[in-house]
Amino acid sequence: MSLKYTIAPFSAWLQAVSKPFTVPVTGGPRPGAPRYRGWHINDVEKCIGCGTCSAICQNEAIDMVPVDDPVVGDSGLRPKIDYGRCCWCALCVDVCPSGSLGMSNEYVWADTDADVFRYIPGVDEKPWDDSELGWRREEGFELVDHDRVPMGMLDPDERTQTWAEVVIGYTEEQARVEASRCVDCGLCVAACPAHMHIPDYIGAIRDGDDARAVQIIYDNNAMPEMCGKVCTRRCESVCSIGVQGDPLAIRWLKRYATERFDNLAEVLQPQVERVGEGRTVAVIGGGPSGLTVAYYLAIRGFEVTVHEALPQVGGATFFGIPRYRFPMSSLEKQVDLLKSAGVKFVLNHRVDGDELTRMLAENDAVFMGVGLMKPMALRAPGEDLPGVIPALDMLREQNLGHEVDVGEKVVVVGGGNVAIDASRISRRLGAEVTIAYRRRVVDMPADDEEIEDAEAEGVEIVTQAIPLRVEATEDGKLDFVWGPAEMVQEEEGKRPRPKLIEGVENHLVVDRVIVAIGQGPDLDWLPTEISEKICNKWGYIEVDETGMTAVEGLYAGGDLVNDTADAISAIADGLRAVNGIVDKTRAQHV
Amino acid sequence: MTEQTALERRVQLWFGPQHPGITGNMAVQAWLEGDTLTSGVTHVGYLHRGFEKLMERRKFIQSFPIVCRICVPEPDTNEWLLAASIEELSGLDKEVPEKARWIRTLFLEMSRLSSMLMVLGGHVGAMGLGTAPNWLITLRDYILDRFEELTGARVYHMYVTYGGVRRDLPEGFAERLEANLQEIESKLPLVDNVIFDSAVFRKRAIGVGVVPEEWVDELGLTGPIVRAMGIARDTRTDYPYEKYGELDIEPMTTTGSDIFARAWMRRLEIAQSIDLIRQILAKMPTEGPYSAKLPNMLTWTIPAGETYVRAEASRGEMGYYVVTDGSDKIRRVHVRGPSYVHGVTLLERLMPGTNIADLSALMVSLQVCPPEIER
Repeated sequence: MSLKYTIAPFSAWLQAVSKPFTVPVTGGPRPGAPRYRGWHINDVEKCIGCGTCSAICQNEAIDMVPVDDPVVGDSGLRPKIDYGRCCWCALCVDVCPSGSLGMSNEYVWADTDADVFRYIPGVDEKPWDDSELGWRREEGFELVDHDRVPMGMLDPDERTQTWAEVVIGYTEEQARVEASRCVDCGLCVAACPAHMHIPDYIGAIRDGDDARAVQIIYDNNAMPEMCGKVCTRRCESVCSIGVQGDPLAIRWLKRYATERFDNLAEVLQPQVERVGEGRTVAVIGGGPSGLTVAYYLAIRGFEVTVHEALPQVGGATFFGIPRYRFPMSSLEKQVDLLKSAGVKFVLNHRVDGDELTRMLAENDAVFMGVGLMKPMALRAPGEDLPGVIPALDMLREQNLGHEVDVGEKVVVVGGGNVAIDASRISRRLGAEVTIAYRRRVVDMPADDEEIEDAEAEGVEIVTQAIPLRVEATEDGKLDFVWGPAEMVQEEEGKRPRPKLIEGVENHLVVDRVIVAIGQGPDLDWLPTEISEKICNKWGYIEVDETGMTAVEGLYAGGDLVNDTADAISAIADGLRAVNGIVDKTRAQHV
Repeated sequence: MTEQTALERRVQLWFGPQHPGITGNMAVQAWLEGDTLTSGVTHVGYLHRGFEKLMERRKFIQSFPIVCRICVPEPDTNEWLLAASIEELSGLDKEVPEKARWIRTLFLEMSRLSSMLMVLGGHVGAMGLGTAPNWLITLRDYILDRFEELTGARVYHMYVTYGGVRRDLPEGFAERLEANLQEIESKLPLVDNVIFDSAVFRKRAIGVGVVPEEWVDELGLTGPIVRAMGIARDTRTDYPYEKYGELDIEPMTTTGSDIFARAWMRRLEIAQSIDLIRQILAKMPTEGPYSAKLPNMLTWTIPAGETYVRAEASRGEMGYYVVTDGSDKIRRVHVRGPSYVHGVTLLERLMPGTNIADLSALMVSLQVCPPEIER
C-alpha cells in the first residue's frame, strides 16, 4: 500500500487551525425556519370550533373541548392538542376551514410536568401566541373543496316568459360531488331550527344512498321538498366551508334527494312506536307547522284531521310562494305522503271560536298554526286607494289561479322575500317593476340569491326610499311619492336606521303599489276566554317548552309563535308540539 | 485438555439490537468460530408499527405522516411513492402542475443527497473512524436546513401531497441551496482524504463483502450495490419519473463489488446528485401553481384499482404496490423497500466467512434500513 494512504488521513489535523464545520450557537436555541412546524397557535376569535382539525388528525392528538357557550355558527369548542400524540404534520393547519389554526416556529419547550403538554392554543396563554412566523394556512393549497357545484338555472330572459321552475336541480353526479365537499362538522345542525341531521343525509347522498338520505331527512322534516327549494337555509350561513369558500349547497342537496323519489311512502316506512292509537288530534291551519304535527302524529298512530280555510293545504308555502320556486307538483307529493299516513283534510273550512272550544273538548290535543294573515298597513296617506294592494293578497290570488292584473308598471314596497316574490311575479305578468326599500340592499331580509335573481330578471331596486304618500293621477294611475333617506347609526351594535331627508320628493307613476312590509296576527276569531290566556300584548301566542299554550291541550306553532317567521322555524315548532303531545300521551299510558 | 469439536468451538453472539454498530433497530444473531462468522440470521421487530396495516385504516391524506417513518434518513421517497401511486389510481396525476413535478424532483434528489452523505459517514464510522462521520453529518445538516426551510421540518418532511407539494419554494431558496452545495463540494476533498485515501479504510474495505454478480437477479438486488459491480441499473434512468427524463443523467458505475466499491459508488453519486440539483434549479419554472386543486381530503374516494410505482432511493429501488377498492381508504399497500433483500437475504448469504469486526461495515455498505423490512 502506497505511503500516500498512510499520510493523507492526517490532513484532518489541518482542521485544528481552520474554520470549523459546525455553526457555533450563542444566545439560546436557533430560531426555527419561517415556516417551521412548531407549537400550535389559534386565533380563538376566528375559530368556529368546527373540529375539522380534529377530524383530519391521524394521531387523534386533537380533542375539541368546551371553552365557551355555543352560539349559532360556533360550537364553543376549541382544539386541545396533546403533544404526546402530535407528530407536527400540520394537516390540521392546512385543513382549518376558518384559517384560525397555525403553528409558531418555536420548538423548544421543557417542563417537568408532562400534563402541560396538553393545552388549548389561544386559550391557555403561551409565549409564542403572538409569533409571526411558523406554518400557516396558505391560499392555493386547500385540503377541502371551496368551490360549489354551480346550480343550473333558466336564463333570466326565458324566466320572465314562463312560470316554470327557475332552478333546474342537480344531476346525480353533481349532487355526489357537491355532497363530498362536506366536512361533517355539524355547525349546520345547531343552526337549523329543526336541527335536521344535515351531515348524515349529505353523507348518504355522497355514498350514493339517496333512499337513506330521504329517510334521514324525514327524521325531522315532513316538508323537505319545500325546504329543498325555498328554505331560508340558516345552515348554509354557518357552514364551515363557507368561511373561506362557498358553503355547501345544503338546500339543493335536500332538494335533490327528495326529488329522486315519486312515491315517498315506499321509501320511508317509518319505524316508530305507535303511541297514539285511539287518540285524536285536530290541527287548525294547514301550513308547515300544522302539516308537521299532522305527519309525525299520524305515523305514531294518532288520528289527525287538518282544517284549512283555503282549497289547498300548504299555508304560506302554498299561497305565498310563487310556483316558479315551489311548483304545485312538489307540494302535492308531500300532501300525498300525509294522506298515505292517514291524515284527514277538511278544506275550504275556516274554524271559528265555537268550533275551537268544541275541538278542545272532543280531541286529545288541538294544534293551532294559522300564521300571520293581517297585512301591515303602509301608514302613508293614500294607502286605501284602489290599486294599493297587499302583496300577500296578490300572491294568494295568483296561486289560487285567479286572474291578476298588475298593469304595466308596479312599485313593490318592502325588502323581504315576499317583496321579491311579488316583484318577480309582476315581471312574469309583464309589468315593469321597481322595488322601493327603506334601507340598503345589504339590510334586505330577503335571500341574497333571490335578490340577485330578481335583478337578473329586470327588477329595479331603489334603496333608502321612504314612502310619503300615494296619490291618484287624472289618467287613473297612482303617483307613488317617496323621499330619500340617509342611514343613521343611532346605537352602537344595532343596524343603522333610515332617516328621511326632508324636503325632497320623488315621484313614480305606476298602476299598482304592492305593499310587502310584513304581516301580523289575526286572532279576533278566538273566544275571549282563550285569547286572553294565550296571547301576549302584541297579539302573538305564547307557548311553553312542549309547545303548549296556557290552555290545556291547545298547542300552537309557526309564525304566530316564533319571531323568525320562516317555514323551517314553523316546522321546528311543529316538532316541539309533536314531542310535547307524544310525551304527554306516553305519560298517560303509564 | 481434550481437543474441541467444531461444534464446541462455535460461539453464538447477538449483535444488536442495542449495539451502536448495528444499522438502525435490528439485530444479527451470529455464530462464530474464532472471530469468523459461520452463519448469521437477521432479526427485526424492534420498531414494528404495522405501517402498511395502519394505512388501511386511514384516509388517503392521513397516510403521509405514516409513510415518512418507513425510512428515517430518507423519508421522502416514501412520500413521493404514496402520492404517485394514489395519483395514478385516482387520475389526479394528469393534474399535477409542471412546477410541482420539478419541485418534487428537487426534493427527491435533495433527499438522496442527504441520505448518501450520512451513509458515507457510516461506512467509516462502522470501522471506528470518527472524523469523517462528524463532518458528513454536518454537511447533511446543511441540506436539512434547506428541508426545514422548504417543508417546515428537518427530518419528517411530510411535504409531498396528492396533486403536488404543500408549499412553494421560499424566496431565495435556490441561492441558499447553491451555497450549501458549494460548501459541500469544498469539503468533499477533505472527506476523501480521510476515507478513500485512508490506509485503514482501504485495508478493511477492499475485497471485503464482495457480492457476486449472479446474485443480482436471483435476489433482486438494486441501487449502489449493483452499480458497484459495474451494472448500469438505475430506476431514474431506466424508468424515469417526475422530471428525471428531462435531466442529463447517466447511471454511475464502478467495479469491485466490495465495501470500498460501494462507498466509492456513494461518493460518485453525491457528486452526481449535486449536479442534478443544479440542473433542476436551472430548469425549474419560477411561475405557476405548486398543487392541483384537491377534492375534499376528508371524503375523497378513488376507484378500485392496483398499481406498482417505483423510485430510486439512495439504497436502491423502492416500490409501492397499492390496491384500492373504491372506498376512502387504501385497501392494501405493500412497501417494497430495498432493505428487505439487502438486509435479510443478501446479508445472511454474505455473513458466513465474514470477520465479526467487518460485520458492521458490511451492513452499512448494504445500507440497511430496518423499518423498511418490518413495515
